[in-house]
Amino acid sequence: MKSPTTLNFDETVIGIEHASVRYFVPREHVGSFKEYAIRKIQRRIFNDEFLALNDVSFEVKKGEIFGIIGANGAGKSTLLKLVARIMRPSSGRVWVKGRVAPLLAMGAGFHPELSGRENVFLNGTLLGYSQQQMRARFDSIVEFAELQDFIDAPIRTYSSGMQARLGFAVATDQKPDILIVDEALAVGDTAFQKKSLDRIREYQKNGTTTLFVSHGMGEVEATCNRAAWLHHGQLMFIGDAKEAVARYLKR
Amino acid sequence: MTEELETPFYDSAQQKNVWLTELIETLKYKDLILHLIRRDITSRYKRSILGVAWTMINPLGMMVILTIIFSQVFNSVDGYASYILSGLLMWNFFSQSTVAGIQSIVWGGDLFRRIYVPRSLFAISAIGTGIVNFLISLIPYLIVTMIDGYYPTIHFPFILIPLVLLSFFSLGLALIIASLGVRFPDIVEVYNNIGLTAWMYLTPIIYPLDVLPDWLLSLMKFNPMFHFIKLFRDALYFGEPFYPQLLAICTGLALGTFLLGWIIFSRMTDEIAYHS
Repeated sequence: MKSPTTLNFDETVIGIEHASVRYFVPREHVGSFKEYAIRKIQRRIFNDEFLALNDVSFEVKKGEIFGIIGANGAGKSTLLKLVARIMRPSSGRVWVKGRVAPLLAMGAGFHPELSGRENVFLNGTLLGYSQQQMRARFDSIVEFAELQDFIDAPIRTYSSGMQARLGFAVATDQKPDILIVDEALAVGDTAFQKKSLDRIREYQKNGTTTLFVSHGMGEVEATCNRAAWLHHGQLMFIGDAKEAVARYLKR
Repeated sequence: MTEELETPFYDSAQQKNVWLTELIETLKYKDLILHLIRRDITSRYKRSILGVAWTMINPLGMMVILTIIFSQVFNSVDGYASYILSGLLMWNFFSQSTVAGIQSIVWGGDLFRRIYVPRSLFAISAIGTGIVNFLISLIPYLIVTMIDGYYPTIHFPFILIPLVLLSFFSLGLALIIASLGVRFPDIVEVYNNIGLTAWMYLTPIIYPLDVLPDWLLSLMKFNPMFHFIKLFRDALYFGEPFYPQLLAICTGLALGTFLLGWIIFSRMTDEIAYHS
């Protein structure tokens, strides 16, 4: 048995070192290979560089609830994608220690024609669980989503709230080391919102690190230990959540 | 919980032997392959009345049309209907699985934006779906050949060997074209339409080999599908053992294409996230 984790924020679990994400936006559309080859020879390939993230560095400690704030297009989602491994930085380094549960992937791959049961297995294996692990977890997932009576019906017959409940239940069934939350933290109706929040709070108490993107400044101030403010891909401030919010609002 | 004792560690700077990393990751996610295959097959047929029967009806329909049109032209072939059908089954497997594999990677968009999964997995599962469809469509093939008066020989089970080899070839080709297609979607269009159609007519599927003029016949050895089709037909249609030389050629083509595709693709896979 593991002893209950004490929150002393000693151990670094997410390291971001000079990470940049650079998109090349072609100035003209070059769709065909032939056109590309001709232009390449003529040296007529022009790209506009777009830096979604520009030399961002910071660390997140184990157990922290870390907020990321900023205007639309500031690079918040890109940053989450780096940590969730969806993208590799164009330069710099990102490392993550522990199992990541990306809530951005809630319900990923759900297919409307498949039953709830089949979708639970599909979604779970997409998240990297084995068939055997999913079989062991299936009952507790369905129970948490409160969908026992509908689990063999095609998911197209579910309401959007029911689908979200199932997605949340799969994504959070086991305590992750790192939780990535993009806006939608609470799903379903009021009762289920409370239940899902309780589960996340419980995980956080037991040492789960949370990376939290939100536009709700009150929420960030209330829940986060620290926060980072991004502006046009650049890290403007990192530190106390209240101060980060204050600076962002004052900008 | 007893599993997951070791803590996973991800480091974006670890970029040595990307092909090996991709392979290890793919093996970790192997259970997903079966679920993706099942999703593809059930979702394709769930709302149709005939369901999976379509997999058998489609090649049969083609066979009937082609037999009516061409049996007079190519009357030298014994059991022309079985001859066409044996070619069509393999060709359909090859064309459908490569097209679906490329499609899943180049246009796999939404999922790739939301979650990390080794991307080659989608191509692999597309090939898997193709294998299932191929095996199902063997049923009408056997019925047709028996009506024609031919019965499967003891060499019949050996069709699994060309099936596996062609799967690797298809996977490699799908990965190569998908890698290019991420940057240049036109290439996918060319392959799906003109490329596959031309390739099909350049391969002896609906016509017997001896109708070809000598100069074209001598070029056939450069067509990989010519070898695969021949290997398939030896077991399926002619009911004969494999020629070792042909088997070696096909094995070489399959492994070579697969390795090339895998290496190119694992170098390109990071770029997909930047384009989707």
